[in-house]
Amino acid sequence: MRRYGGVTAERARAGWLFVLPSMIILAVFVYGPLLAAFQMSLQKFSLAAQHQTFVGLDNYARLLQDPRFWGALRNTAYYTLGTALPGVAVSLALAMALNRRVRGIAWLRGVFFLPVITSMAIVAIIWTFLLDPDIGGLAPQLKLLGLPVKAWLRDPDWAMPAVILVGLWKNAGFYMVIFLAGLQGIPEAYYEAAAIDGAGPWARFRHVTLPLLTPTTLFVSIIAVIASFQVFDQVYVMTGGGPLFRTETLVQYIYTQGFRNFQMGYAAAVAFVLLVIVLLLTLLQMRINRSGLTGH
Amino acid sequence: MQRLGHVAIWTVLLLAAGVTLFPFIWMVLTSFKPEPLITSHPEWLWPREWTLTQYQDVMRRIPFVRFTLNSVVFAGGVTLVSLVLDCMAGYAFARLPFRGRQILFVLVLVTLMLPFHVTLIPVFVLEHKLGLLNTYLGLILPRATNGFGIFLMRQFFVSLPAELDEAARLDGAGDWRIFTRIYLPLAQAPLATLALFHFMYNWNDFLWPMIMTTENLMRTLPVGLALFKGAHVIEYGVLMAGSTLALLPMFVAYVFAQRYFVKGIAMTAIKG
Repeated sequence: MRRYGGVTAERARAGWLFVLPSMIILAVFVYGPLLAAFQMSLQKFSLAAQHQTFVGLDNYARLLQDPRFWGALRNTAYYTLGTALPGVAVSLALAMALNRRVRGIAWLRGVFFLPVITSMAIVAIIWTFLLDPDIGGLAPQLKLLGLPVKAWLRDPDWAMPAVILVGLWKNAGFYMVIFLAGLQGIPEAYYEAAAIDGAGPWARFRHVTLPLLTPTTLFVSIIAVIASFQVFDQVYVMTGGGPLFRTETLVQYIYTQGFRNFQMGYAAAVAFVLLVIVLLLTLLQMRINRSGLTGH
Repeated sequence: MQRLGHVAIWTVLLLAAGVTLFPFIWMVLTSFKPEPLITSHPEWLWPREWTLTQYQDVMRRIPFVRFTLNSVVFAGGVTLVSLVLDCMAGYAFARLPFRGRQILFVLVLVTLMLPFHVTLIPVFVLEHKLGLLNTYLGLILPRATNGFGIFLMRQFFVSLPAELDEAARLDGAGDWRIFTRIYLPLAQAPLATLALFHFMYNWNDFLWPMIMTTENLMRTLPVGLALFKGAHVIEYGVLMAGSTLALLPMFVAYVFAQRYFVKGIAMTAIKG
């Protein structure tokens, strides 16, 4: 009995030692900064000043009256709607088309996954050049098809759709893989039964695939929305938030206020708005998970 | 009718594959064109004149080798250190009962929900005060452990049968010995997945290394190239050569280990 107690104590000590390095790093670089960020959001904060002034909720009040903040929120929502909804549809269609056993299908799936493993910043460089109306690679193809060519990234109405296009192109393969896993979880017997009942392809999709895939679809939708709300790389590289702030998203605005204008307290307040949005979405996702709607 | 449907599906699929590949093909071909050809004949996809000047220029104009080295040290360093720490913490959360374990694990899970942009500014201020900006340590240390990695390793160790270490315990082996001799060798598969994920994520990352470095010589590849683009809008040939070189290692790895990439990255989706 004594020996047992000794071993337990020894294991508990080992447990502490094993988690200690990770917990120290998380404390210094995550938990501490999280509290510091909240404190900063209540301050007029500058790197140069020796002491910071407490301003209460001024930053949050200012935010409510800042048209650029509301614009950034609107642009982020626009980007999210533009990438998440079509992204789910496109990747589901891809997954269904690729869900077959044919020689070489793994390679074809691999092609669609290729953009996922690349760096968004570099992909954005390539697309900026591709979309250039004068020397880009897209303009000649569009002219060939008789479609109009625009300076998309310099056009206030077209810049965001162009950024959205790149987001779609980059992430479709990622969601496709999750959909493929979901599709492969649907037992073949359901399709056979539906076929015996005389269901055509559309009826099979409508009454077998779609309802049985609901958990996956919900899961993909929510992670797509959460990721879209944090969009930054392609905006920064392709437009820098312009023209006329029409592609300025929340994270781009945090970056500009915090690291260009050095309004770090204000940027922290904007970041907290983002935090609340992401937390609400995550809680929604957890609720759905727990309700047993998703298989993840 | 069925046949027609098949033809339609395959046409659309191949078209979509073309759209997916076109930017990469175009990037590679453009990187071998001389600058005048790029600007005067964008309609020629195939280079009518091949040159390596863009690749020579990228080495001359940008500290490309240094960027590559920075990327390797940053992504490699994060991967190595976090594999050790994630694995140890994951093991303890799964196998070593200690007081406060539940609370600490919940704290670890909480980090998965936080957008890292919230802590970005305070971490920047902290690194500024500690003099860690523009150092490898400053790039690597805050990433040296990670809630997702700890979670993944814990799930793996929890799934192993409890009897595994009983014999060793009766022989009086200590916890470190049991961990390194019995459990670690079993964890090769999840560790490989995690290594791939950490390396790729950090190799491709942009905002974090951009904020934590202000000196050009400390930039990683994506940051260095993107900032070069910001400063020199027109020189696309050089940029395409740099992009081709920067994407090459991932492409090669992907061709050889496609299955692991797809499996490993799909697993990260479950992190939420």
